[in-house]
Amino acid sequence: MKKKLLAVLLTGAMAMSLVACGGGSGDTSQDSAAASSDASSSEASSEASSSEGGNKLTIWAWDQTFNILSMQMAADQYAADHEGFEVEIIETSSDDCQTKLTTCANAGDYSTMADIVLMQDNSYQKYLSSYPDAFTDLSNININWDDFGALKQSYSMKDGVHYGVPFDNGAVIACYRTDVLSEAGYTIADLTDITWSRFIEIGKDVHEKTGKYLLSSEANGGDTLMMMIQSCGANFINDSGQAYIVGNEVGDACIDLYVEMIQNDVIKLVNNWDEYISTITNGETAGIVNGNWITATLMTTEDQSGLWEITNMPSVDGVASATNYANNGGSSWYITSNCKNVDLAMDFLASTFGSSTDFYDAILPNTGAIACYLPAGESAVYNEPNAYFNDQAIFSTIVGYSANIPEFISNPYHYEAREAVNTAVINIVNGTDKAAALQEAQETLEFKMSE
Amino acid sequence: MNSKKKGMTLVTKQRAAGWAFLTPATLMIAIMSFYPMFRAFILSLQTGTGKNMKFTGISNYTRILADKVFQKSIGNTFLYLIIQVPIMLILAILLAQLLNNRDLKLKGFFRTCVFLPCATSLVSYALIFRSLFATDGLINSVLVNLHILDQGYNFLGNSGSAKIVIIIALVWRWTGYNMVFYLSALQNIEYSVYEAAKIDGANGWKTFWGITVPLLRPTIIMTFIMSINGTLQLFDESVNLTKGGPANSTITMSHYIYNTCFINVPNFGYAAAMSFLVFIMVAVLAFINLKVGDTRD
Repeated sequence: MKKKLLAVLLTGAMAMSLVACGGGSGDTSQDSAAASSDASSSEASSEASSSEGGNKLTIWAWDQTFNILSMQMAADQYAADHEGFEVEIIETSSDDCQTKLTTCANAGDYSTMADIVLMQDNSYQKYLSSYPDAFTDLSNININWDDFGALKQSYSMKDGVHYGVPFDNGAVIACYRTDVLSEAGYTIADLTDITWSRFIEIGKDVHEKTGKYLLSSEANGGDTLMMMIQSCGANFINDSGQAYIVGNEVGDACIDLYVEMIQNDVIKLVNNWDEYISTITNGETAGIVNGNWITATLMTTEDQSGLWEITNMPSVDGVASATNYANNGGSSWYITSNCKNVDLAMDFLASTFGSSTDFYDAILPNTGAIACYLPAGESAVYNEPNAYFNDQAIFSTIVGYSANIPEFISNPYHYEAREAVNTAVINIVNGTDKAAALQEAQETLEFKMSE
Repeated sequence: MNSKKKGMTLVTKQRAAGWAFLTPATLMIAIMSFYPMFRAFILSLQTGTGKNMKFTGISNYTRILADKVFQKSIGNTFLYLIIQVPIMLILAILLAQLLNNRDLKLKGFFRTCVFLPCATSLVSYALIFRSLFATDGLINSVLVNLHILDQGYNFLGNSGSAKIVIIIALVWRWTGYNMVFYLSALQNIEYSVYEAAKIDGANGWKTFWGITVPLLRPTIIMTFIMSINGTLQLFDESVNLTKGGPANSTITMSHYIYNTCFINVPNFGYAAAMSFLVFIMVAVLAFINLKVGDTRD
């Protein structure tokens, strides 16, 4: 009997302490930028957005060293001449942010949303078309839109109306390990302004001489193929918004090159993002082609400092509109419809992210966040050499790239298209006839785009 | 008041008490389960992305017929079901039988070991399996160092091996869980029954089939139904181990339904329709199982 009583008491004590844990973390809203558990964000949600006329804004962002830090610096700058202003930044991963938005929208209750959310450019059109009432339109914001590139603006626009304030730049760069290149007898100049078929020649040679791959890419969710086609100003969805995989000449050229690279050990296909990063950090690949935000991850591999250099990406052969430039990723800030203090939010975003070169100069050395705000690129800070990249002035180089990116029409079905073509590529590599694989991809994408 | 009390006979009093105890649970189930199911059914009759929904009758159900990825996910799920559930349950019975041995030393320790996988979270064990079977993971390192392989094999990148990895993971995670049910059922079997069989000269094999299995029948049916139910709703392993890849060859029904809601352009109507199909499959399989296992007539 005593034993039983003890067991009941112990179980009870455990249950109570667990309850206390769940409830307690909600009180730590002061430093909830650091608290990332689900419990804390849902607890804090009862007071998720600002109160009317208040001086506080809540914000969702996802990277402590990057966009959260930038936002915090923006808030500090704004608070300097707006007394009492403060922000509460809640760390919410990009996926969580999207899941929460979907859940809120379907429940018809946005009251748990933050005032300002950060969203991936590639995702935004999907949410804007699905949940048009979730966002505040920024027609009245005090921003000179000509200060941002047209492509970047297009991600957060619908029917000529702006919804987002652009944040980081997604210009694609190619990074190469110069030590591996020189071992195989190449320099960075040999990989600048080249085509993919030249890239394949070099890649085969490098693999033969050093055993390393020149590139790695995720099999399921890889962006490589999307970057290739977008560097030609084309897409797997045509301008009238229909699936365009079969009969897409530019797409065909890209898929052929991509498959050739996989089959010839130029590209190593990996299963997920962790493996992708580890191919880079453990030196299995000597090259990266990705959005420039990858440099933040790359620079954490300190033992490779000074070995990397950047240049532009290869261009697709035999396509008239081909360029060496593309965009991948990047994000923008959005004001949700739950924001009760729209004027404050707009003024805050406009006077920091929307118009302040001082602000962009300040965040660059700390976060590596490269502006989409064009006047910022002319600043001296952008021309400073970067020791990790063998003293290249990578920031001004990247800003230079972003001016050359061809435009294409963004659409809500970016990820569906990416999945469909990546599936087709795996099937082709595994021996399916190309025409059949593409036909299947076309049908899958058409199906997903229908209702 | 008085007259009313007098009017209640002992039987009605007992009935009233019965209903009083039943009501809270019934209400909870109705509100938490049946009402959402009803709403999901209504939702499944609507089509559209995100908020732009309109009633279109059964169009979502006919849409399933044209959805190759969903059909593939049904195929995958049933493959897991057919291969994994029997292996797991047979292993669980054997382990339970072994651990039920009276003369076994350190029984508690072994039981804990077998049950321990169930205490790990689904996501974390899936991630651990993912790193174990990565191209440069532990399994490959061992195989390469033993000179069985020249270089790491991409287990998760080939459709056949990726499915096998998922099945191995499932067996590892759930065998102990089912074993506990068998173990408790075995302990309810009188030891004298076995002694009687021994005296009659039955060997271990005969005892197992003649006594253990028939007496375990209700438990076997229960674990079968639970396993079928669990496997049809398989989600975490597909998401975290393989992301459904390569080329959708390991995606499960629940994973695809989730993608339809939260990864792709949201189409909740269609997702609800697919969920209903899963619900019907579970119901039918459970019904068949109950009928087959029922020996009362």
